Amino acid sequence: MSEIRLVELTVNGERHDLAIEPRRTLVDVLRHDLGLTGTHVGCEHGICGACTVLVDGAPVRACLVFAAQVEDADIRTVESLAAPDGALSDLQREFSAHHGLQCGFCTPGFLMLAQGFLAERPDATKEEIREVVASNLCRCTGYQTIVEAVDACAVRRREGSCA
Amino acid sequence: MNEPHFRRDGAWVGASVPRREDPRLLAGRGRFVDDIALPGMLHAQFVRSTVAHGRIVAVDLDDVRAVPGVVAAFSAADLGLGDVTALLDRPPHEFVPTSMPVLARDKVRFVGEPVAIVIARDPYAAEDGVEAAVVEYEDLEPVVSDTAALADDAPLVHAEAPRNTLVDVSLFATEGIDDVFAEAPCVVRVRTRTGRQNALPLETRGVVASWDDRDEQLHVQTATQIPHQVRTVLAGCAGLDEKQVRVTVPDMGGGFGQKCVVGREEIAAAAAALRLRRPVKWIEDRRDALTAAFLAREQRYDVRAAFDADGHILGLDADVVCDMGAYSCYPFTAGIEPLMASAEMPSVYKVPAYRVRGRAITTNKAPTGPYRGVSRPQYVMVVERLMERAARELGIDPVEIRRRNVITVFPYTGVNRITYDPGSYRESLDLCEQVLRDEGWYDVRDSGRVIGIGYACFSERTGYGSGAFAQRKMQVVPGFDISEIRMDVSGTVSVTTGTMSHGQSHETTMAQIVADRLGLDIAQVKIVQGDTDRITYGFGSFASRSITIGGSAVAAASEKLGDQLREIAAHLMEVDVDSTELDGAGGVRLRDDPARRLSFAELADVAYLRAHLLPKGVGPGLTATASFDVAGDGTFSNATHGVVVELDPGTGGVEILRYVCVEDCGVAIHPQIVEGQCRGGIAQGIAGALFEQVTYDAAGQPLAPSLMEYKVPTAAEIPDIAIHHLETPCAFTANGAKGAGEGGTIGAPAAVLNAVNDALRGTGVELDDTPIAREAVYRALNSALEGTHV
Ligand code: FES
Ligand code: FES
Repeated sequence: MSEIRLVELTVNGERHDLAIEPRRTLVDVLRHDLGLTGTHVGCEHGICGACTVLVDGAPVRACLVFAAQVEDADIRTVESLAAPDGALSDLQREFSAHHGLQCGFCTPGFLMLAQGFLAERPDATKEEIREVVASNLCRCTGYQTIVEAVDACAVRRREGSCA
Repeated sequence: MNEPHFRRDGAWVGASVPRREDPRLLAGRGRFVDDIALPGMLHAQFVRSTVAHGRIVAVDLDDVRAVPGVVAAFSAADLGLGDVTALLDRPPHEFVPTSMPVLARDKVRFVGEPVAIVIARDPYAAEDGVEAAVVEYEDLEPVVSDTAALADDAPLVHAEAPRNTLVDVSLFATEGIDDVFAEAPCVVRVRTRTGRQNALPLETRGVVASWDDRDEQLHVQTATQIPHQVRTVLAGCAGLDEKQVRVTVPDMGGGFGQKCVVGREEIAAAAAALRLRRPVKWIEDRRDALTAAFLAREQRYDVRAAFDADGHILGLDADVVCDMGAYSCYPFTAGIEPLMASAEMPSVYKVPAYRVRGRAITTNKAPTGPYRGVSRPQYVMVVERLMERAARELGIDPVEIRRRNVITVFPYTGVNRITYDPGSYRESLDLCEQVLRDEGWYDVRDSGRVIGIGYACFSERTGYGSGAFAQRKMQVVPGFDISEIRMDVSGTVSVTTGTMSHGQSHETTMAQIVADRLGLDIAQVKIVQGDTDRITYGFGSFASRSITIGGSAVAAASEKLGDQLREIAAHLMEVDVDSTELDGAGGVRLRDDPARRLSFAELADVAYLRAHLLPKGVGPGLTATASFDVAGDGTFSNATHGVVVELDPGTGGVEILRYVCVEDCGVAIHPQIVEGQCRGGIAQGIAGALFEQVTYDAAGQPLAPSLMEYKVPTAAEIPDIAIHHLETPCAFTANGAKGAGEGGTIGAPAAVLNAVNDALRGTGVELDDTPIAREAVYRALNSALEGTHV
């Protein structure tokens, strides 16, 4: 029916050659073609943010992007946050310490959102963090602990750089 | 995995240890249903009804089968499955049984009802296939509201249910109640409607079903809160023995009750896998989840309350109508909401006289089932409105009138014949008010801004044992839980639970309970849940039953195993068993000579590898099984919520300035997780009070089929929430714990609505419906302004 196209993606520093239909979304390619199932799908229409990944450092909703559109980009998923030996990053550790996750389904999206935001705005205030956190949905936590986790990470990073 | 070892007073219970679930979920290594991929797996999508009410004239799937990538397509006739039928053992005038076919057969009853299943090589092709289906309907007049459904000449949704009534019960009617109302100095009335809501777990429903030739079993991996009930229904519909079906549950992205009923899509996908002998995956998309998954909450109340001149409540007289939509859910039936409301409406108050009628009405809308709190958010809202209204009429402070009415002496047996176990109803109320006073909110309230303070005081029955559900006359009676514990050769344990975590952290909290009972580190405890082959039977997780009932079963099994270990140790050390005890560090020691001990590993070594050393009559192996059921009427967590809101006269918007929750769930196994449950619950309660509503047009077409229209609150709308804990240990459970899953959702709508009405004081307007309409707030504020100009 629809034609197949060759697409070359760089995900978490690794190159992949794919033969896919042009209509295939980035999130489906990540999850089902590359087996990177950490990125989740909550709505497929751009509202929930569960599918958030970084494209050239900026948070992007992978359900709204076709894989073919991001051929030359650097794509990062939640799988890239922990160290190769499995040690969690500072941001991930703060989520756990603050109980910023319950079912954990929204978590990869929030982590990538925060990762991209803090890289851009390391001195973000808690209010600014709350505003950014408001772009994704979580049905379990009531958000407060997510905001606190991201804020704690930002504070620690700042203290670390001052020291 | 290396766990940090945090212990308070040498106990795991009570310590907020790091969650064992976190590392995998944070690393993106959780395993949710949609993460499962099996060799040769196919993908399912459903052809769904486009009309609310219609006779199916023809289902033509020929074009579907011709779509590239489509492997098969089945209608109801093709699959030939039995129906899903949930039953109550009630007389015919109280309950009308209705069946839900797995795929609609002769008739469709709501927009979104599955009519055919399409199986394809990938989900894109499956969707192409769905679009090629041709279904011909003969339109029938739809019934879109409960009032329309009850009209004399209303069309019938189910031919067998006259007046579209599935449940009609009058559970309580105190003698002489009419006189009570006739003679009472003060009678207030609340008529309210609450909006239809979607529990909306962020992970939609989904299933992967496959036939395993080696096990001769259908393996169904599904996102469900009730794996054993899914197996029972599936085996029944497909004509299989239960042993031929294995249901397992991977990580679950929330459920909140929506995944606590058996869905027809799960069964259809499993039946297709059985038919094709190939794995079939179905993942619900958000549109289907918003229009065709089980909904909840659309209820209408008409309640009067009689008070004496001092504000003591004399009686409640209630009429409750629940719009249950097109079908009874399994296993709870359409009775779930009216029966809950009828039984428990007196809430935390001493109500001497009570009459209630509860009805479940069927309409041409998506069916409803349990949703976090089940009816309690609604009746608590009504009762709390009645308190406020009476307070206003009698000139009593709204907190004071509650103080005069709350139950303070326990155990208390109510007019509803429920015996409440001890709680802190009065104390939580006092503390909540105190916190808001100390923080200065009463001064802010009187400063001239449009600010209101509202409260909700409530209890929630959590440990529903078999007795409580038997009273409802359910034919499937949940209540007990069975737990099996097995120690391996290295001295570590695996413990099964029939409950099913969908975000509540059972892997951590259940392990804490076991670790304390046996004197182990939680890293040495593995929790096994969600596998019908490994767990005898269980009723899953709902009604905040997991820690109360599941946790008690786990504790009981652990204790039995501890006794076995002591018996073996006593034999090996040649002492009397009574002179031994668990040493709290993974071993058994002598009471009087603690230096003499045997570690669990040494004992397990004997039990498995050198069984000839075991005492006479003790068989090899180390396993124990225990079950638990709640004695009496169950356990009651309680709380008071206090909210401060500010209204915007320019837009009618409601902003929450402060939210305080004083909760008492008995002993908190893991305080941080309890707080998480409270906050998450409150967010869903606020959502119901201010934002979320499933609506339909006159033809029964859903008006909120995407998250663009169905407004789920974000971090911008949900405030920080202060939580204070009180602890009234529960005598019925093994751990002193009561449930903590639903309270937040129960208290929030009432507290928010009361706060909004407090802010509207002086306008002459009182709002009683949720979600609270901005326009109504705007009109109230502005008509009042006009009024003052006149
Ligand atoms: S799945 Fe992409 S925003 Fe919801
Ligand atoms: S933790 Fe469950 S949706 Fe956020």
